[in-house]
Amino acid sequence: MFDYETIRLIWWVFIGVVGIAFALTEGFDFGVGTLLPFIGKTDVERRVIINTVGATWEGNQVWLVLLGGAIFAIWPAVYATLFSGLYAAMLLVLFSLFFRPAAFDYRSKIEDPRWRNSWDWSLFIGSSLPPVLLGVLVGNLILGLPFHFDQDLRSFYDGSFWGLLSPFALLCGVTGLLLTTFHGALFLKWRSEGVIHDRAVNTVNALGPMLLVALTLATLWVFLGIDRPEITQMAATDAPSNPLHKTVIAQGASWLQHFMTYPWMWLAPLTGFVGIGLAWLLGRGESRMGAFVLSSLGVVGVALTVGFGLFPFLLISSTAPGSSLTLWDGTSSHNTLLLGFWITIIFLPIVLLYTRFVYRVMWGSVTEAAVLKDSHTLY
Amino acid sequence: MFGDDIVMLSRMQFGLTALYHFLFVPLTLGMTFILGIMESVYVMTGKEVYKDMVKFWGKLFGINFAMGVTTGLTLEFQFGTNWAYYSHYVGDIFGPLLAAEGWMAFFLESTFVGLFFFGWDRLSRVQHLTVTWLLAVGTSLSALWILIANGWMQYPVGAEFNYETLRMEMTSFADVFFNPVAQVKFVHTVAAGYVTGSMFVLGISSWYLLNKRDIGFARRSFSIASAFGLASILSVIVLGDESGYTSGETQKMKLAAIEAEWDTHPAPAGFTVFGLPDQDNQKTDMALKIPYVLGLIATRSIDEDVKGLKDLREDSVVRIESGMVAYDNLQKLRAGDNSLSVKQHFAEHKADLGYGLLLKKYTDKVIDADAATIQKAANDTIPKVAPLFWTFRIMVACGFIMLFIFAMTFYYCATRVADQKRWLLRMAVWCIPLPWIAAETGWFVAEVGRQPWTISGVLPTHMSVSSLSAGQLWFSIGGFALFYTILLIIEMYLMLKYVRLGPSSLHTGRYCLEQQPA
Repeated sequence: MFDYETIRLIWWVFIGVVGIAFALTEGFDFGVGTLLPFIGKTDVERRVIINTVGATWEGNQVWLVLLGGAIFAIWPAVYATLFSGLYAAMLLVLFSLFFRPAAFDYRSKIEDPRWRNSWDWSLFIGSSLPPVLLGVLVGNLILGLPFHFDQDLRSFYDGSFWGLLSPFALLCGVTGLLLTTFHGALFLKWRSEGVIHDRAVNTVNALGPMLLVALTLATLWVFLGIDRPEITQMAATDAPSNPLHKTVIAQGASWLQHFMTYPWMWLAPLTGFVGIGLAWLLGRGESRMGAFVLSSLGVVGVALTVGFGLFPFLLISSTAPGSSLTLWDGTSSHNTLLLGFWITIIFLPIVLLYTRFVYRVMWGSVTEAAVLKDSHTLY
Repeated sequence: MFGDDIVMLSRMQFGLTALYHFLFVPLTLGMTFILGIMESVYVMTGKEVYKDMVKFWGKLFGINFAMGVTTGLTLEFQFGTNWAYYSHYVGDIFGPLLAAEGWMAFFLESTFVGLFFFGWDRLSRVQHLTVTWLLAVGTSLSALWILIANGWMQYPVGAEFNYETLRMEMTSFADVFFNPVAQVKFVHTVAAGYVTGSMFVLGISSWYLLNKRDIGFARRSFSIASAFGLASILSVIVLGDESGYTSGETQKMKLAAIEAEWDTHPAPAGFTVFGLPDQDNQKTDMALKIPYVLGLIATRSIDEDVKGLKDLREDSVVRIESGMVAYDNLQKLRAGDNSLSVKQHFAEHKADLGYGLLLKKYTDKVIDADAATIQKAANDTIPKVAPLFWTFRIMVACGFIMLFIFAMTFYYCATRVADQKRWLLRMAVWCIPLPWIAAETGWFVAEVGRQPWTISGVLPTHMSVSSLSAGQLWFSIGGFALFYTILLIIEMYLMLKYVRLGPSSLHTGRYCLEQQPA
């Protein structure tokens, strides 16, 4: 069907699609959860906010699960190196995600205000910590991680948890949180009325410029202050996956030059900045769905910028550049990529179809009256 | 090659978090089906009480489901965080099975669970019923994929080692999918889930009947649970027996360890009901045997042998020696020696490469192992017999007690006198924990019985771990202990609160606690 080289490239695109779907959908869930204790002043207001995502957050979170599963299946060496190398960071992501299902489901099952307030703050932690940590992770993907492989392809991590928290990575963490919160505020504005709607607009208004500044700073930092490794010699793009069969120099052509080499890649940062800029401008006014769609476009642009920038790298090693993993030498076998391709081609449309059905059924704003009417069934 | 403490801590963490996850999974499996049955009756008869049943038992299901989601995420993270070399070594086969589970099962159940709770007024009756059944199918499909993955760990078919990429790669998806071990495990496990859901509903309904509250509601729940439970427990037992048969063919060491069969006896082998296994002296004291039975279970015949542990251990010695040859030739291949004789030698012995890797625990070079080291590695291929022997018997005993309960309740339901059999109702309440005990001991047998391997005969457990330090592991184990303890207390508190409230928690005005002055 497809030769090994082509299917490797297709899978780079597919995993990008899954990652973007995660950022888009769980992105606004994270944002709504982060804003919950601040925009919701009373219990009913908070229930309105939770129920804007109540029926769909669970399906959205599957994009994260699938992202993990797809990386395991398609880039096993990436999965192994990333999760074991960033051991403490990954567990913190996991522990913070623990707060979410119970917070959604248990919060309104008991009326005690202390009980409910505790869960609201749990949901805040579970929704704000992951974007920060994942932002830090993206920052470190750009900086490169200190790891190497031995002759048996066992990966060893040569750094520490604290080493991940460099100034650039922290900037990326802040950017991640601003991005999901901005995106979530636009979603909340779209799906609510009255006082919650107005507070969401104020949030959009305030966060827009901060997000644009953070993104600009991060972009400039990458272009001006970070080395980009370069592959000087490697096995064929359809050779069996073995990351040790290539030579990489730590300081190659810069990130800026990389984008100059492939000028079409500029579309990604352009989409990111224009999408978020317009979402901010429109979001301050009457636009509901339009502003949200633009901010979605912005999220896509930001994600693509990172993916394009790294190409063909998946994981850069800062201490042993030759151990870096690329989409040509870090994949599963040809057979497995083809198998995964067919599963995806069949099930992706089916999943999108029924997800669309569920969103249509749950369509419309959530109001205080609706929450009070179904007080014993809603979150 | 790694400290024993890293391997031990990694196993402990994975084992405990997996067992913890499986406190919630079987109830989800069973409850979704029971909800589907109850709602089908509602749609067919139009009686409101059945809708109330779906809503009330659905609340309990929801409390449990949230915990299943929370703890399931841990397992997906853990292959990478704690079993990195395993992930590299078998990701080509194991990974796609998890990804398929995401596409086919997780999306289905997680997308429709929201509609199940919040779609009552937005969907027609038939639409909502469809949603409930899709939720049920989603949960069972999830079990299908994870058990195919686990079945492959027990009996790795359809894959072979590639010396260029230094890992196992899939050669036949059909072989992996139709792996006999996986198929039997799947039916055995989902049926055990259905039993769990049934026992849960049966026990709680019995408690309402004993307290003479919400009789109509409780009686209907009780009869659905007893009928579905009886069908399910029969499937579990029949498929459990089938598991014994496939194990006799594919996992001889595990079977012999469960039965504490040290020696190969003349066929047909007897089944040891009681005994005191003694690992050091390789014998079982005070063994009480039923003749013929093990032979029948394991070989479906009266004239085939069931091989004992001592003979299986001798087989291991041969395979370890062959694995050393495979390892030696693999090093040559890796060093760039592509001569035909090296390739041929490697091909001849590569099926035993995993046995060669067992020696890595004692010598990093593998090929310099002396006879005594080989004997030590061969000893490692026998799992710990006594814990397997006992957990297996606990599981089976739970199964038969539940068979008795479901058979009796079903009979008395059919003759319409179940309410009066207070001894049986009391027994049903007290036996609510049994399906969990059976499920947890069952997993213990399956996983501890596979030791010293993560992938049977292919990858030893001590090679599979990540390059971590003991400090990192204590950090994560501490985190899990903290969060899981808090969450369990909260979950149990809510569950008991809603069980006590009963259908009155629906605020329909039709149930007992609402009719008393507040």
